[in-house]
Amino acid sequence: MSAMKCICGAHHSQEEHDLNDRRLLEAAVMRALFPNVARRRKFLASVGASTAGAAVSTFFPFGALEAMAQEKGKPEKPDLKIGFIPITCATPLIMADPLGFYREQGLKVTLNKTAGWALIRDKMLNKEHDASHFLSPMPLAISMGLGSAQQPMRVMTVQNINGQAITLHAKHKDKRDPKQWKGFKFAVPFDYSMHNFLLRYYVAEAGLDPDTDIQIRVTPPPEMVANLRAGNIDGFLGPDPFNQRAVYDEVGFIHMLSKELWNGHPCCAFGTSEAFIKENPNTFAALYRSVLTAARMAREAKNRPLIAKVISPPNYLNQPETVVEQVLTGTFADGLGNVQKVPDRADFDPFPWQSMAVWILTQMKRWGYVKGDVNYKQIAEQVFLVTDAKKYMAQLEMKAPASAYAKVKVMGKEFDPSQPEKYLASFAVRKDV
Amino acid sequence: MNGRAQSLVAGLLSLLFLGVFLGIWHLATVPKKQAEAPVDEYSKLLGKGAKKSEGFPTLSQIGEAAFTQLKDPLYDRGANDKGIGIQLGWSLMRVGAGYALAILFAVPLGFLIGMSPVLYKALNPFIQLLKPISPLAWMPLALYTIKDSSISGIFVIFICSVWPMLINTAFGVASVRRDWLNVARTLEATPWRKAFEVILPAAAPTILTGMRISIGIAWLVIVAAEMLVGGTGIGYFVWNEWNNLNLTNVIFAILVIGVVGMVLDFLIGRLQAAVTYVE
Repeated sequence: MSAMKCICGAHHSQEEHDLNDRRLLEAAVMRALFPNVARRRKFLASVGASTAGAAVSTFFPFGALEAMAQEKGKPEKPDLKIGFIPITCATPLIMADPLGFYREQGLKVTLNKTAGWALIRDKMLNKEHDASHFLSPMPLAISMGLGSAQQPMRVMTVQNINGQAITLHAKHKDKRDPKQWKGFKFAVPFDYSMHNFLLRYYVAEAGLDPDTDIQIRVTPPPEMVANLRAGNIDGFLGPDPFNQRAVYDEVGFIHMLSKELWNGHPCCAFGTSEAFIKENPNTFAALYRSVLTAARMAREAKNRPLIAKVISPPNYLNQPETVVEQVLTGTFADGLGNVQKVPDRADFDPFPWQSMAVWILTQMKRWGYVKGDVNYKQIAEQVFLVTDAKKYMAQLEMKAPASAYAKVKVMGKEFDPSQPEKYLASFAVRKDV
Repeated sequence: MNGRAQSLVAGLLSLLFLGVFLGIWHLATVPKKQAEAPVDEYSKLLGKGAKKSEGFPTLSQIGEAAFTQLKDPLYDRGANDKGIGIQLGWSLMRVGAGYALAILFAVPLGFLIGMSPVLYKALNPFIQLLKPISPLAWMPLALYTIKDSSISGIFVIFICSVWPMLINTAFGVASVRRDWLNVARTLEATPWRKAFEVILPAAAPTILTGMRISIGIAWLVIVAAEMLVGGTGIGYFVWNEWNNLNLTNVIFAILVIGVVGMVLDFLIGRLQAAVTYVE
């Protein structure tokens, strides 16, 4: 794995990159001030290059110029292909298309509906997609070469927080205690998914070993409801709208929203490859702004009905609008005869907390997806682009937290991101390594 | 009973079967009494009373779906929502490309194998091993090596159509009557002439049989491959409608797939009839 590098990758650190940019800019200004080469050299020789630079910078707004040069540069590659899975987790990146947020930034984006997460991974590795909707553990796994060829992937924003649920088959209405779930078959969307890790966490807290006491199957989200109806599975921890769809089709009920496990947990992410960022810094910036703009709009409760309307048609989610609206507004039928009102059932905080990455890594290690020593902090900081997120959020006047780490509570138990190994050791149920 | 009368009776029987089938379908799906308008918020959220299709689609729903789809088969409302005509076009293009490649590969190679008993024996174990592999099993490997999902789809069509053609061509060429080859030899025909004017016409019906089997398999496989890879094509159409649990459109697509498969088989069948000879 490469060490921390700057955004363009050519320098050893971000500082060096910035410095270099500054020098180039100074040189350009110098050329403009002294178009005659001989005279410029003479001036530089007589006062020294750094003094000259300092002198010029006193009356020249380098900072602003620099920002402009980087930010509003024409996208190197305006035509982009972005992959997505038709679930409400992808709300910001989907709505940015019909609402014109990509266009606003000079991008022409084609959103490709993709059949499953393995394909999302492969199409990113193959460069068929320029950027993609990911499950947030995926870029970590791909960057580490777990379950695929190793290729550095980056998380630009978290797409959504909360918004998942455990849905059980209607016949299990009297089995609300996970201790009764021995022998159940569950579906999750992918190995490297928050769904898998949260489901494992939840049943482990109830004393079940997720590897032996229950069966966990990887099933593409759209196929979960069909499998539940057929009785192939007893339930799933899956993304919406499929939990709500199971209720709508009267095959299942919502046992628990994922926010009850960990309020504010990340789910999906928006990201691209390191190579793409290097080759297309302006496109990267434009893409960042588009998706953040969408996230900002999606966070406002009052916009949710409109958003449900624009992302429900066949071209995007292909779901009944009422199902999507129930997910996004949080006023929903739970399949047990109640109308619940949970406004934060789904939310769209884009900030890529590195502490979340560390938590994901601890669970990957807990369940044996990664073996040996894990350099939690280094991987988290490489893959989750907090510096960039802060920068572009500031440009859009969005509030970003000062630190990239925060303590969180998962099912009432505190997770301290600075002590991942200690946290890991505290679990009674885990896979023996 | 003479031939004509027989066809007439068969035709009537076909209609009868169809009628019985549709009748059973209709009776099985006849709409239950419409639930009263929703009274509380809960049933409203479940979409009761609205135009929500419950259970297996009825015949009239299928008809309606077919009408809407066929009325505007070429619409394009974005990358993931295109009309049935466009989707069919994509599928046929993939099948056409993979199938054509398979012909270019299998027929010459089959010729060679058929002419040389040694080569036949040497390659036979490989062919027997590779033939029964489900073409979709190649998909992950293809995606990994070719690095392009659309070309991977074409590759899968290629690999599934190649075996019947190869085996049939080899078999056809190998079983050309000895007398004819001997006549060609007595007339001192060049190998080229022998191949094109004696062996090819003699083996053509068998080769075409292989091609007919292949097109059937290719059409079976493309639907599955597109469901797997997504993007475009009739398989993607089925998958996308399945996501929405829209059985009506799925059934409509199944009918379309059947009709197109029948047409493809019919076309190759005509070709086969054209090269068949009576000894």
